[in-house]
Amino acid sequence: MTTAPAAPGTRTLTYADAVREALAQAMTADERVFLLGEDIGTYGGAFGVTGDLVHRFGEERVRDTPISELGIVGAAVGAALTGMRPVVEIQFSDFTAQAMDQIVNQAAKIHFMLGGAATVPLVLRAPGGSGTGAAAQHSQSLEAWFAHVPGLKVVMPSTPADAKGLLLAAIDDPNPVIVLEHKLLYKDSGPVPEDAARVPLGTAEVRRPGADLTVVATGVMVPRALAAAERLAGEGISAGVVDPRTLRPLDTETILDSVVETGRLLLVQEAPKTCGYVAEIAAAVAGSRAFGHLRAPVGRLCGLDVPIPYAPQLERAAVPQVEDIVREARDLVRRW
Amino acid sequence: MDLTKDAATARHALRTMWTIRRFEEAVDDLFARGLMHGTMHLSIGQEAVPVGACLALRDGDYITSTHRGHGHCIAKGARLDAMMAELLAKETGYCRGRGGSMHIADVATGNLGANGIVAGGVPIATGAALSVRLRGGDAVAVSFFGDGAVNEGAWHEGVNLAAVWRLPVVFVCENNQYGMSMPATRAARVDRLAERAAAYGMPGVTVDGNDPQAVHDAVADAVHRARAGQGPALVEALTYRWKGHSKSDKNLYRTRDEIDAWRERDPIARFERAVAGTLSEPEIADCREQAVAAVRAAVRSAHAAPDADAGSLTDAVYAEGAA
Ligand SMILES: Cc1ncc(C[n+]2csc(CCOP(=O)(O)OP(=O)(O)O)c2C)c(N)n1
Ligand SMILES: [Mg+2]
Repeated sequence: MTTAPAAPGTRTLTYADAVREALAQAMTADERVFLLGEDIGTYGGAFGVTGDLVHRFGEERVRDTPISELGIVGAAVGAALTGMRPVVEIQFSDFTAQAMDQIVNQAAKIHFMLGGAATVPLVLRAPGGSGTGAAAQHSQSLEAWFAHVPGLKVVMPSTPADAKGLLLAAIDDPNPVIVLEHKLLYKDSGPVPEDAARVPLGTAEVRRPGADLTVVATGVMVPRALAAAERLAGEGISAGVVDPRTLRPLDTETILDSVVETGRLLLVQEAPKTCGYVAEIAAAVAGSRAFGHLRAPVGRLCGLDVPIPYAPQLERAAVPQVEDIVREARDLVRRW
Repeated sequence: MDLTKDAATARHALRTMWTIRRFEEAVDDLFARGLMHGTMHLSIGQEAVPVGACLALRDGDYITSTHRGHGHCIAKGARLDAMMAELLAKETGYCRGRGGSMHIADVATGNLGANGIVAGGVPIATGAALSVRLRGGDAVAVSFFGDGAVNEGAWHEGVNLAAVWRLPVVFVCENNQYGMSMPATRAARVDRLAERAAAYGMPGVTVDGNDPQAVHDAVADAVHRARAGQGPALVEALTYRWKGHSKSDKNLYRTRDEIDAWRERDPIARFERAVAGTLSEPEIADCREQAVAAVRAAVRSAHAAPDADAGSLTDAVYAEGAA
């Protein structure tokens, strides 16, 4: 990503550094906040996100765990229920599969099942997505699994500033929040506020205004959609890009406002198409005030319905690339 | 079986250990030169475990493997060219370039697959052994896994099922002292991971994992019991990985001295000394050369093979026809 000069009160940080800064600020401000996960201490995290935090906050608050995802998340649920603010790192989002009982059957439902008598303020961070050659069990985009469960909130930051601000908001939240980071974004840089400013959960961001078409993209597809919009501008097509940032709760109004203006909608996600998250956005638009403004069928550009393959050329072909977004967007605008 | 006294066995064991080492050195080199993609988990320093264990197996027996699985695959009899082709993302690879290092399998030799999920293969080995029982037969399944895997729920569930059903499974723990950066001693309160066996009502032993003979003896005993219908056992083999956990490891959690001390205990050098009375120096040199030649040939043929074909990407998601 190209980086504009940082605004006052901000400086340029990588996405990974921004996450670490949020964790450090949250731990400094609130003694109840602690971290647990595999290799988050001396190793500094599989993707280097926790870095030196163990040296700053000690092994009690930056807890290296055995390889026991179900146990880790369960321990976080118990700690959250009893006054702490755990932030769990699951090394790859694929391994949330190991912890699914505690996420889905416990964390998500306890507040409701107990009639509101208890809360589970836990945050689970995990990197998702493909593009590193890690193959089928280390590259998935599982956001729809979580977004489908009432009681969970789901966040997908696409910029360093949001990686920080959304994580801080997630830590404040009295509910379990799943924060899906993206491996390919960790090294991206951008302006990040120095202070601990929160980005409220449930607010979408218009990343680029547009007149001809609205592209709604999630995760790593946001920078790809922005690159595509830039190319489309060269062809005389004005594509707006909306980043939902929070999948649940979803800021539907911001998306509808844009669709009302452009009359065309292209939804882009990395995850496989069938039963994917953006189908929910398509349904929301179809049932909304924006429906009558649509001049074209709603487009969905998604990953193929295939596990992520190892071979680089196959891995690339499995998920949308900038040129795919350009092509789909151009088709929608030219044909309708 | 004494691996050092019979010349043919000694040659086979030595050549296989060298083949694993040279294969992984070649992988390391290809990766460093940017010719290989993804990440790799190398088992250099641990070669005695798969070699000693697989020498206790026969055709028709099964193994399940791990993310650090090149050694298991080679020791069970896989073709180097198809392995290397897989790592180089070729259509001729074991998985047609779909799987890569973490998913290599060789179903023909009973290798049900490496696994990207720690402990993922443990209950699968139990299932393969259950299948043997249901189909009627005397095959066994060996499940390889690391010290880190014994703290996953899947491990405990898989091991307990094998125990209560008295299935022919041998659980082989490659205790290389670390699960990524986590020392095994900090991840469990027991001194020996083999003690875990008692909790499931099966025998457990700890052996020197840098001695193929010690590994072989323990696994052969366990295989014998399993074939005789006496149920599963756990073998813990103490060893060490010389290289980082994967390609992103800065070795912050261990010392140079510790690594050097374990390199002194090189399982291959040690086995060469042990077979010195059986194999002549030229015969030993020949084992080394054969390993080098076999790996070179595999790299050459893999380079020449066609790249995995993106055109058929969605082909193998579902199987065709009736089961
Ligand atoms: C369920 C799951 N959790 C975490 C990981 C990440 N990971 C891969 S290998 C590894 C360490 C495994 O340690 P061990 O079982 O001792 O095997 P070793 O790498 O030492 O051979 C970890 C944490 C994973 N692949 N799967
Ligand atoms: Mg280990």
